[in-house]
Amino acid sequence: MDKVLGQSVPRLEDPPLITGRGRFAADINFPHQLHMRVVRSPHAHAEIRSIDTQEALALPGIHGVWTASDIPDIGPVDLRADRAAEVLKPYRQPVLAKGRVRYVGDPVAAVFAEDPYLAEDGAELVAVDYAELPAIVSVDDPLGEFAPGVGTEVAIIPYSYGDTEAAFAAAHAVVELDLLTGRHSGVPMETRGAIGRYDAAKDILELHGAAKVLHRNKETLIRMLGRKPSGLHLYESHVGGGFGIRGEVYPEDVLVLAAAQRFGRPVKWIEDRHEHLMCANQGRQQHHWARMAVDAEGRILAMEDTFHHDQGAYIRTHGVVVPNLTMCLFTGLYRVPAYRARAHVRLTNKTPCATYRAPGRYEASFVRERLMDAAAAKLGMDPIEIRRRNLITKAEMPYTIAFDEPEAKDGEIDSGDYALLLDKTLAHVGWDSLGPELARRRAQGELVGAGIGMFLEEGGLGPSDGARIAVDTEGDVEVITGGASLGQGFETSMAQICAEALGVDYRRIRVIHGQTDRIPYGIGAHAARTTVMTGNAVHATALAVRAKALDVASEILQTPGDELVIADGTVTRRGRATGPSITLGEIAAFLAPASKNRGAHAPGLNAEEFFNTTETVFPYGIHFAVVRIDEETGHVAVERFVVAYDVGRAVNPMLVEGQLVGGCIQGLGGALYEEFAYDPHGQPLAVTFADYLMPTAAEVPDVEVLLTEDAPSPHNPLGIKSAGEGGINGVGAAIAGAIDAAISTPGAVTQLPVSPQRMRELLRDRQA
Amino acid sequence: MTRKHDITLTINGHDHAITVDARRTLADAIRDQCGQTGTHIGCEHGVCGSCTLLLDGVPVRSCLIFAVQCVGVAIRTVEGLAQGDELHPLQRSFIEHHALQCGFCTPGFLMLAVGILENEPNISDADLRAALSSNLCRCTGYANIVKAVRAAADELRAGP
Repeated sequence: MDKVLGQSVPRLEDPPLITGRGRFAADINFPHQLHMRVVRSPHAHAEIRSIDTQEALALPGIHGVWTASDIPDIGPVDLRADRAAEVLKPYRQPVLAKGRVRYVGDPVAAVFAEDPYLAEDGAELVAVDYAELPAIVSVDDPLGEFAPGVGTEVAIIPYSYGDTEAAFAAAHAVVELDLLTGRHSGVPMETRGAIGRYDAAKDILELHGAAKVLHRNKETLIRMLGRKPSGLHLYESHVGGGFGIRGEVYPEDVLVLAAAQRFGRPVKWIEDRHEHLMCANQGRQQHHWARMAVDAEGRILAMEDTFHHDQGAYIRTHGVVVPNLTMCLFTGLYRVPAYRARAHVRLTNKTPCATYRAPGRYEASFVRERLMDAAAAKLGMDPIEIRRRNLITKAEMPYTIAFDEPEAKDGEIDSGDYALLLDKTLAHVGWDSLGPELARRRAQGELVGAGIGMFLEEGGLGPSDGARIAVDTEGDVEVITGGASLGQGFETSMAQICAEALGVDYRRIRVIHGQTDRIPYGIGAHAARTTVMTGNAVHATALAVRAKALDVASEILQTPGDELVIADGTVTRRGRATGPSITLGEIAAFLAPASKNRGAHAPGLNAEEFFNTTETVFPYGIHFAVVRIDEETGHVAVERFVVAYDVGRAVNPMLVEGQLVGGCIQGLGGALYEEFAYDPHGQPLAVTFADYLMPTAAEVPDVEVLLTEDAPSPHNPLGIKSAGEGGINGVGAAIAGAIDAAISTPGAVTQLPVSPQRMRELLRDRQA
Repeated sequence: MTRKHDITLTINGHDHAITVDARRTLADAIRDQCGQTGTHIGCEHGVCGSCTLLLDGVPVRSCLIFAVQCVGVAIRTVEGLAQGDELHPLQRSFIEHHALQCGFCTPGFLMLAVGILENEPNISDADLRAALSSNLCRCTGYANIVKAVRAAADELRAGP
């Protein structure tokens, strides 16, 4: 196999998963393990008067019951070290509630039992006496007190540049919008799980079922549990989807570790779906008041946005990263001379929020693209033309968005040809005929229309990631990374990068990830950085192994290294299929520590290298939707959905398309169906799959992917950008525009999701 | 407290003698007591279909049935699909069509599809899509799952 990078080769991950031999968190068992069940608050906000555990403890098979008073030495779930702003610390979540519960699902007690069914029995017998308190349910409610002297508005964060005031004063026209994004989450098909185990012989505390950012989580857990770095390790096995929410440190992770150590027995916790929908991180819920100033030709003069960010009950591991992400690329693909944003980060008595795939970006794209549509309507311009007129051009690259605030990270866009992608998108959909066709259908009474959402993404945030590669005497290759796999095809794409650089069959490469005891550093899998950072680290390391192999081979084959090539694991002279050759396995044997031939070479055919960067990559995309609305039921049928995306360079186009299509369908869920609603008392209304409505095969369109490689990143040798979030980013924006067009009512959609009920309201408003 | 029941479950042709509470679900029994963890539990209220397996050839959600109800029933799980190293045509088709990402829902989809195709080999595209909509996937967006099952159906119908 010569060329493997950039090819849609089959995945290395599939064989065990397809035959029922995967190893997900619930599949992990240790002898003599205990099972944990968490007693959770049934109230959105209440004082805990007392907790009586006697009856539970008396039940046969119950090994112990913990409340906050049993773990006085364990602090709240910590923020990641690099985001540990002092102002956020008072809002961290205790591992078990201390005196007060703040959302339905807040952990109050933990029951440990010999069997998971018994643990549930025991949990039902824990009697908690609550005194209910008024709940803050809407992010627009009056502010309250989180604790004495600590208010529920955590922070007001500014992002700005340029003179917006002057721009609005001089504007030909101003559009102003009041917009809401609904509360959604990733909802992976595997619920969370955590298994704690204490290995007394080695004095190592182990967390199994870990995911996503294992090395960072290890740092957090070491701090929280007072362990030495060598005394705590995290182990990732199969992970049933992540989407940003799985693999953060949650209270249950801390509980199983503390209990495993104290009880001297492994402790297993598997979340049920009801818990997941109340307790795992949620996101997206924001209320925006945005406005935009344009000149008579539709050129943007300024954008302004103030929003309330619903953080839920506590600040979790991410701190306030989501509102920051909402603001930092708010201006998207457009040239915006002046910009001013303010995020009001507010607590409510609802499930805490953090990152969900394209965090902050899905929300921002909805708001920005609504502004573009509104401006087009106000000026009587074509929505596509007003966008084209404002695109940052290829000639302006690299393009910097520099903020006034010193703590706001500037956007230093590496490359892009946005107009080219727009042209390609319109050609792909056949806009010249499709536009008139939709108009004709509307004239005949059909409610059909098209919408567009254009967006900028950022990925590949460094600063550094490393890899270790070793070739064994059989010629098989082990690649050890600090990356993580959440189902995206990490092993395959890393193997492809290594195979291409080293000259071996990718199927002979074993990729290790998510094992903190195998490599001391790792960035994990988040913020669309894995392929860029870990991929380039693997690339650099594979090149180092290759150099060493050629160095040795040139001695053995008595040929200058630059006349040698490696293909399919064998070194030969360039252009000579026959003749002297040596395999990588033979070179590894030659380099064995005890080898008589090794000479001055360091033992082993192996290397460790790092990829370091201070720059990020900026992929971009265009989402295009055609919807048809059923006037009677309010059903929005998506007739077409096109995801046009420039990924810089695709390691495996099949995997990239898989990411884009899957992300797009998640985005459609958020645009049309999914919503974590709450009643006025803060009771969650979507705690089963009968209430939280995710798309099924019956609702989804066949998403058309237009994958381009017109703007490889100059910031890494492979030219790759990231793909994890490009499928979801602009979906809400495009669907909103399409619905507006279908009902010939510009600006109709002001809230996501546009559920059938809301769609019916829009249709009624239109008739009125 | 509750009475224990000695039962035998027949999974992929093999008998497993186990002792269970009446309240133990089939999904828990085959995973925890028979060691067959290929069947996954995604919601425990019969919506997601991750735990789908075949009982006497019919796709059933194993989180909604008790183990004691399944005595004398032929249970087929994902572990029984491949014959040795020879993958079932559906398994091959899932790989070829990239119909899985994280793989958690995959066993449920495979067993659902096996049940559909064995009972209705000539199923129409529309009926197939409707039948597959009984299970949830959060990674793929379904298109590749539908393609994979369609291709396997065509292959199975064409015969070896």
